[in-house]
Amino acid sequence: MTAVNDSDGVRLASTVVRRIFFYVLIGGGTAFFALPLLWLLSASFDDTPTYAVRVPRHFSLGSFAEIGRNPYALRSLLNSTVLAVATMAIVVTAAALAAYALSRARVPGRDALLYALLLLSSVVTGTAAMVPIFLLIFQLGLIDSNVGVVLVLSGGLLPAAIFLLKDFIDTIPRSYEESARVFGASPLQILRHIVVPVARPGLATIGVWTVVQVWGSFLTPFILLRDPDKQPAAVLVRTFYTEGGSPNLKLIAAFSLLYSIPVVLMYLLAWSRYGFRFHGGIKS
Amino acid sequence: MAAITLTGLTKEFPGAVRALDALDLSIADGEFFALLGPSGCGKTTLLRTIAGLETPTAGTVRIGEREVTALTPGARDVAMVFQDYALFPHMTVLDNIAYPLRIRHEPRQARTARAESVGEHLGLRALMGRRPAELSGGQQQRVALARAVACRPSVFLFDEPLSNLDARLRLEARTFLKRLQRELGVTTVFVTHDQAEALALADRIAVMEAGQIRQLGTPREVFGRPANTFVANFIGSTPMNLLPAVVSGGALDLGGHALPAPTVLSTLDGGEKVTVGVRPEYVSLRRSATEGALPGSVSIVENLGTSSLVTVEVGDLLIGATVPEEDEPEAGSPVWLVPNPDRLLIYRAADGALVG
Repeated sequence: MTAVNDSDGVRLASTVVRRIFFYVLIGGGTAFFALPLLWLLSASFDDTPTYAVRVPRHFSLGSFAEIGRNPYALRSLLNSTVLAVATMAIVVTAAALAAYALSRARVPGRDALLYALLLLSSVVTGTAAMVPIFLLIFQLGLIDSNVGVVLVLSGGLLPAAIFLLKDFIDTIPRSYEESARVFGASPLQILRHIVVPVARPGLATIGVWTVVQVWGSFLTPFILLRDPDKQPAAVLVRTFYTEGGSPNLKLIAAFSLLYSIPVVLMYLLAWSRYGFRFHGGIKS
Repeated sequence: MAAITLTGLTKEFPGAVRALDALDLSIADGEFFALLGPSGCGKTTLLRTIAGLETPTAGTVRIGEREVTALTPGARDVAMVFQDYALFPHMTVLDNIAYPLRIRHEPRQARTARAESVGEHLGLRALMGRRPAELSGGQQQRVALARAVACRPSVFLFDEPLSNLDARLRLEARTFLKRLQRELGVTTVFVTHDQAEALALADRIAVMEAGQIRQLGTPREVFGRPANTFVANFIGSTPMNLLPAVVSGGALDLGGHALPAPTVLSTLDGGEKVTVGVRPEYVSLRRSATEGALPGSVSIVENLGTSSLVTVEVGDLLIGATVPEEDEPEAGSPVWLVPNPDRLLIYRAADGALVG
């Protein structure tokens, strides 16, 4: 009887210890990632922010007023929006058409092509390719133009977008389209009535992903845009220094907070509507 | 309403796979026609070629008075029900049924009215606002049927529409399907791998193997007189006994036992090798020695519900016989088998063709 109780006790103790260890580990990880976010929140509303995370001594909205006074700040957010929306439109449209064709047509060496594209795409927007890309855009006369930035960003994002969407469209049964064809639907009608609505969660995922990528991209717009009026938010943050040459923490914190809100909102919206699940239209 | 005529129809897929091999077939107006065969025999390819989803490598397809070989699926005036039903998941039942009419640019009111009346006729009235994911398998199957009915085609093409239903529901759906077809009188081509389904539903059956039709006939003909050993093997819920034998002196020599000879034997030479086919239902089992019976011992007894399938070892051969329920012999007990001589089918061993 006692033996049984003893072994039960040992098991309980070891479970408790394992639980404690687990929560400490999780807590440590959470704190590590939460600290910068907490700093962002507290420093934004602090009159005299430092690098420490603390409850604001003098609560103030002064940082946000300063953003309003900065000649470039609000404009840069608008620039970012323009770049993100334009790139998203191109990426989603082109990726949808390409992924649909690649999914449905018999192309020899299709998978090899897709993997090669995916591999190369990380090079295209990567640092290594910046000189040739700069020269290319220069020759095209698109330096200091949003069109150049949008084209380069779209080119970099398209392979991954096509890859993801093709996988998604592969899961849509062909019988949907064949059924519509037998009823006399034209290819464009099939695309409009069947494929796009069924693939909508996938398209939304790609759209949100593209916006987030463009929103956060620094190097491409930094190199291709000259005019400070055209700079997107990610590039502008770099210029927030005081006259003395030290980082303007008030401005950086408040601006970063504003800058991150749209992305968070988009994730929440897409997540609540589509749940980011990649699945086809049929019950499994 | 239209007849279907296929002439010299051949379909080759890349890699020299011949799914259809110079196939000729006429399906009468208003007929309920089954394409039956094991998977990979080309039956689905044949159906898809009639629909226009596959282009034949050679040959022609005629529906009614028109040659449709080069027409798109939508121009052929056919409606197809797919194995997975292919209901559009983002549309309600009503929109699904009305979709063919939407393609034809019928005014919204007219198509809603038609979809509602067809849906009601097929017992879907309470479900019109639901999405396909909210329906059971049987309901989805009915919506797919309703969608086909709503477009009032001259030909129905069904690709295994019952195979995704569970066994009990399949029997109900089978009866429903047959009644619907009788009522509408639309020419129907039906693909299935289930021989019982084909026998139960079809006016005529084409049994296919390797892109060719091995036998074409009414269910009675295909079941009663299979034209070759392939069909004999494929048709019937209990597998037919196919036993090697030799013609000797006007009788059959079956592993050393003489079988009473059907009259057809006179057309065969002595010593010719044949395959004797007899369904287990036509073999009677005796508990005592009988003149001309095959002696053996019971190996396995399988319960089929109202009857049992008894497998008997006769020398090296295994022969099946069915016995009524409550009359099963013990495993290992000696028995004597008497095949019904009128039901014996003789196939040439060389090519498996029926001789008599």
